[in-house]
Amino acid sequence: MSKKKGFLEFVAGNRFIHILLSILLGFLVGAIFLAIMGLSVGEAYGRLITSVTSLKGFSYVIVYSIPYIVVGLSVAFSFKTGVFNIGAEGQFVMGSMAAAVVGILAGGLPKIVLIPLCFLAAMLAGAIWGVIVGFLKTKWGINEVLSMIMFNWVAFYLSNFIAGIPAIHSDGTAEATKNISDNASTLLSKDLINSLGLCPTANWGILVAIAVTVLVWFIIEKTTLGYELKAVGSNKFAAEYGGINVNRSILTALAISGALAGLGGSLQLMGMGSRISVFSSQEGFGFAGIVVALIGCSNPFGVLIAGIFYGALTFGGSKLNLVGAPTQLINVIVGTVVFFIAISIIFQRLRYIRKPAKPKAPAPDKKANGKEAAEK
Amino acid sequence: MKKILALVLALCMIFALCACGQSAAPAASAKIKIGMVTDVGGVNDKSFNQTSWEGLQALAKEDSRFEVNYLESKTDADYQTNINTFIDEGYDLIISVGYMLADATRAAAEANPDQKFAIIDDDTCADLPNVACLMFAQEQASYLVGLVAGSVTESKIVGYVQGMVFPSMNKFGVGFISGVLAVCPDATVLQYNANNFGDSAGGSTAAKDMITKGADVIYHAAGGTGMGVIEACNEEGIWAIGVDTDQSILAPDHVITSAMKRVDVASQDISKAVADGKFVSGVHLYDLSNGGVDLAPTRDHIPAEVLAVVEQAKADIIAGKIVVPTLAEEVPEFTLAG
Repeated sequence: MSKKKGFLEFVAGNRFIHILLSILLGFLVGAIFLAIMGLSVGEAYGRLITSVTSLKGFSYVIVYSIPYIVVGLSVAFSFKTGVFNIGAEGQFVMGSMAAAVVGILAGGLPKIVLIPLCFLAAMLAGAIWGVIVGFLKTKWGINEVLSMIMFNWVAFYLSNFIAGIPAIHSDGTAEATKNISDNASTLLSKDLINSLGLCPTANWGILVAIAVTVLVWFIIEKTTLGYELKAVGSNKFAAEYGGINVNRSILTALAISGALAGLGGSLQLMGMGSRISVFSSQEGFGFAGIVVALIGCSNPFGVLIAGIFYGALTFGGSKLNLVGAPTQLINVIVGTVVFFIAISIIFQRLRYIRKPAKPKAPAPDKKANGKEAAEK
Repeated sequence: MKKILALVLALCMIFALCACGQSAAPAASAKIKIGMVTDVGGVNDKSFNQTSWEGLQALAKEDSRFEVNYLESKTDADYQTNINTFIDEGYDLIISVGYMLADATRAAAEANPDQKFAIIDDDTCADLPNVACLMFAQEQASYLVGLVAGSVTESKIVGYVQGMVFPSMNKFGVGFISGVLAVCPDATVLQYNANNFGDSAGGSTAAKDMITKGADVIYHAAGGTGMGVIEACNEEGIWAIGVDTDQSILAPDHVITSAMKRVDVASQDISKAVADGKFVSGVHLYDLSNGGVDLAPTRDHIPAEVLAVVEQAKADIIAGKIVVPTLAEEVPEFTLAG
């Protein structure tokens, strides 16, 4: 009995092991689906692995993971501070559009001025998008999840509208903006890419992503601001009692979270897309960010690794068609992983709820509890 | 603990079984590999991507020389990656579906002069020596459905929804209006530019507006926006005319016909050309004379006498007796371009 309890405790208590287990289960469920479809699991997963392990493949993975990391940090930051930033999608869109507008209209500026300017514009746009929602929440108590989902669509259509403005819209027949100026691009030089054998969209955005990871960790763990935000996230009434201005904290948290999502948008644009197309459906970076934050346990460094993992799945998964397996398999795997991680959170909640009852309950009851948990 | 261990072991066994259950099919290196890159609509878009892919699949089925595959693009930035994946995999021909891929195709074609490309619905890459541009005479197909619309309308008011205004899109409207006026000279054609190919709600609103103004047939050339047009026509019980593919499955009782572009035929043709060593770059025009455009095969709702008119017009166009206009300036009734 003690052993059983011990294993569960170990898994539930050790986030890292738990997440690895969830990922393993995700792949197992994916394998079952492949088997049901009559496809070779070895071939499909082999393809997944070989397509991300070559140098070129890995450089693709890094490039793909940049926006996921930064948006993941945005969502993780909001989790830590007690708001659920489901609006990262809209902030991402606003950020990339702001960077595109600056990158197109101010294209003549030198690289060293233009790139930071694009980043700033994107962060500002994302932050504004977050703060509006925060304002609605703090002023009138409107649930941020609701207004954020709506703001995602406002951003979606606003971006399409801006992409249609003649000064921004492509000169050709493409349903997209003009390409941003080369001076706003974070791409590595062609010679370097060719000599190293990297993917054509290799860019140095990953350095920004790593720097932001460290910065977010620093803000959360080492500053008064981070302490206040975390306190509000843990229990806003206690925080208020402790003399923290809760409303200001929520606004700050959403501004920072929004700025991060916006920055993610600009990194994606300046490194990979070079232009923004007229959307016909949401691109889903914000929602991917939620998944990444969950897999990364909302820990900045966890998010960094989870972002690369997600990038690898996205890039490797897009190749599955080549061996006849559907790319949707990736959605099955990711969905299962998130499912098991979410279960872990429920288990932890259950443990917390049951703890006070412990002294009252005799030993057999505890055993029953353990069994119940195992069966679930 | 035991239970979990058992579960994990069982799963591992399933995993292992599946892994060795099927051995990888031996890759025949002699096959002609055709790779198709979709636009963001995905491969099941009930339109271009889907039709092209079905065409390629049919080709691979009937002719064992071919191996076909597709890569789906989720975002605008994926086009380049997907094209490059096929290049790295050594595909013989890469087919880009739709003009959205024009810039990515041009970049890849310039960087890889030995790689053969084909792009559907774009002629901006026609100057490149390794790109075949598969173009369709959309004005001819639109003219034919215009004849149908002009013949079946009772209110003499027909509607037309266009996805965006630029010369190659305008051909749809110009052809359609010429067709309507050819059989019904006093008809009014209500026109609307949605300025978006993905806004089905907007398409539905526009169609309902036209219906209130008396339209009883509406043609759309507006991709996803057109889905809303067809939906509205279906709800209101008037005729809708589909575009690109046979859209009668969307509303079998109210889609009278569709102006069809045979992207499947075009992608099969270019694949065969590559296999036979007869690949030619530049513009390949698909029109009525080579079966590249036509009315959709579902024709149950079209009265026989109207079909006769259409068949006659078809013969006349092929014979050169009717020349369908292509430019907005030639048809003053087409008001969207102004």
